Amino acid sequence: MRSMRKLFTAIAAAATLAVATPALANSGATKLEHKEWSWQGMFGQYDKAQLRRGFQVYKEICATCHSMNLVRYRNLMDIGLSEDDVKALAAANEVQDGFDDTGAPKMRAGLPADKLHAPFPNEKAARAANGGALPPDLSLMNKARKSGPDYVYTLLTSYEDPMPEDFHLMDGMNYNPAFPGHQIAMPQMIFDEGVTFADGAPNKKENITADVVAFLNWTAEPELDTRKGMGLKVMIFLAVMTALFYALKRQIWSRIDH
Amino acid sequence: MSAPSNNKVVKWVDDRLPIFTMMKHSAIDYPTPKNLNYWWNFGSLAGLMLVIMILTGLFLAMNYVPHTSMAFDSVERIMRDVNYGWLLRYLHANGASMFFILVYIHIFRGLYYGSYKAPREVLWWLGLVIYLLMMATGFLGYVLPWGQMSFWGATVITNLFSAFPLVGEHIVTWLWGGFSVDNPTLNRFFPLHFVLPFVILGVVVVHVWALHSVKSNNPLGIDMKTPQDSIPFHPYYTIKDLFGIGLFLMFYLAFVFWAPNFFGEPDNYIPANPMVTPPHIVPEWYYLPFYAILRSVPDKLGGVLLMFGAILILFVLPWLDTSKVRSCKFRPIYKWFTILFLVNAFVLGYIGAQPAEGTMLLVGQICTVWYFLHLLVLTPVIGWLEKPKPLPESISSPVVKKSGEAV
Ligand code: HEC
Ligand code: HEM
Repeated sequence: MRSMRKLFTAIAAAATLAVATPALANSGATKLEHKEWSWQGMFGQYDKAQLRRGFQVYKEICATCHSMNLVRYRNLMDIGLSEDDVKALAAANEVQDGFDDTGAPKMRAGLPADKLHAPFPNEKAARAANGGALPPDLSLMNKARKSGPDYVYTLLTSYEDPMPEDFHLMDGMNYNPAFPGHQIAMPQMIFDEGVTFADGAPNKKENITADVVAFLNWTAEPELDTRKGMGLKVMIFLAVMTALFYALKRQIWSRIDH
Repeated sequence: MSAPSNNKVVKWVDDRLPIFTMMKHSAIDYPTPKNLNYWWNFGSLAGLMLVIMILTGLFLAMNYVPHTSMAFDSVERIMRDVNYGWLLRYLHANGASMFFILVYIHIFRGLYYGSYKAPREVLWWLGLVIYLLMMATGFLGYVLPWGQMSFWGATVITNLFSAFPLVGEHIVTWLWGGFSVDNPTLNRFFPLHFVLPFVILGVVVVHVWALHSVKSNNPLGIDMKTPQDSIPFHPYYTIKDLFGIGLFLMFYLAFVFWAPNFFGEPDNYIPANPMVTPPHIVPEWYYLPFYAILRSVPDKLGGVLLMFGAILILFVLPWLDTSKVRSCKFRPIYKWFTILFLVNAFVLGYIGAQPAEGTMLLVGQICTVWYFLHLLVLTPVIGWLEKPKPLPESISSPVVKKSGEAV
């Protein structure tokens, strides 16, 4: 209850602030860009080629700061990477695994069962390298924000929005109207032609962003394709079963006067 | 008692333990009013939901780790690495919401058709006990995945008990098993969440027992008098319930397969962090009306008492309602007040999800007053003043008349 009080005071204070400072109030939150994602809707599925491009973006750009702790190298076979590619990717990094007979930490090459190599060994190191801010783990990002995919897309593409003149940008921060408070420690990371795709897919910053968002959605909901596929079969089964029950119900109840 | 079957084995067992006779008596021959409408499907649906919750919960529990450093990841492991773990978890998480939807409809059915009145008071009480146990179970379960809302919801709700004078702080420390929501809290919440559904199951058995001794109410709210008024449960209501189950499963599974996080909070996909308070702490939707009542009182203790009072008062509803007529069908005035009571509950629910300030706070306060005014004043007074419409002679008579007209 005490924390609730604190919370309500905070909300009340925020509200007063919003009314008192028109600059803040007017700028409001940016409207989310509502994109049509391939996996939306009743029949929507992932586009595996897009997921692979997205993985490339993550690996080449985001992985310098963001971990992906819930994804293992072997999972990448689900988006079409070959077993050899997965083995090679995993083996590119060393991981500590137990101790040798003298008690010293033992290192070995990464295996497909390991999680994707994290850029920093711990939170302190991550913060130290990012001016005190913590780049969050991205595995669940698309599920951990309201309208996740649209939010992340809008966030990554709003850096070039013009900054209001009276905006007070703190040291080391970047203006981004999609982020709560409108300033974020992460600088703009995606630029036109920032990544070159092997399949020759377009690589304007919007394309690159859409691809990485698709990949992030897969890391958040890897079961989506299976889930929707199973859903359709189950629904068809249930529809037939329910219709039969209804016919039977009509027939049985016709025996009595009701 | 007639033997349920000519099968020798069945007879042999039944002579020693009359389990088949009992089943025949209470699930086949059980006389049921012939005029039940589809609102009477929700009890059996809630029973099905309880079974689904227990089964999915059991398999989740085999893979869940109740430790603050592992709980979140263990749930994600269920989602990713356990075969059909995502299905189990989404069935369970959405099942909790479905369970409350079903039970809310079930309760409102009782309010509208006066099912709480004599001789069904004990049946009504048992239902309220189930509802209270469900609230506790849902709260405990929501803490288990140990996301931000798990942690902060648990903190806010357990802190409510600190409102009680003198003992309050001690109760909270005792609930937490320490001085904040932490590993000991999670460790006790898990076994409690595991066991309470079985307590619910026990109360459900007694609930049905009470039902079978007083028999079902019906849309007309009058007693069954002649054999023409009733039909055997099987096959009439077994098939009707099966049809209802088919429809319900389609509704439930549409969420599971296409919008599995519809009822969830995105914040709960962020691991719990005692150092970061989410900007807006909201409880699960099914608590929102009571949360609104809690926050409508400026005084902490007052709010807590009023919130608990809002449910406890329902226990005396059978005596607050002074009307002799059960069904709102024959109560031209109270009918509309009952519907208004429902609307009021929806508004309270909406307010519960908003920050408690300004107009929202005021509307919440008005709705809270209305909630209690309806139960404590309007219900007895309307019962005295209202002139009910004439009741039909029997359950079968209006029905017979209607079908006679059709011919
Ligand atoms: C130079 C390091 C760096 C790189 C590279 C980087 N980020 Fe970030 N990112 C951060 C930091 C630091 C934060 C935390 C920002 C804050 O809290 O102000 C962050 C936060 C985020 C957030 C969370 C925003 C929120 O609502 O909390 C998302 C989403 C994100 N990054 C996506 C990406 C993606 C996608 C890429 C790759 C295209 C990427 N980042 C590359 C440093 C980086
Ligand atoms: C009255 C029936 C029940 C209700 C209302 C209920 C409710 C809930 C809720 C709301 C959650 C959180 C869902 C989430 O967001 O993850 C949950 C989680 C959980 N429940 Fe239950 N539950 C019930 C029965 C059971 C039973 C019988 C068991 C075990 C035998 C069980 C085991 C679990 C476990 C292990 C979790 C954590 C995993 C998860 O978060 O998905 N539940 N429950």
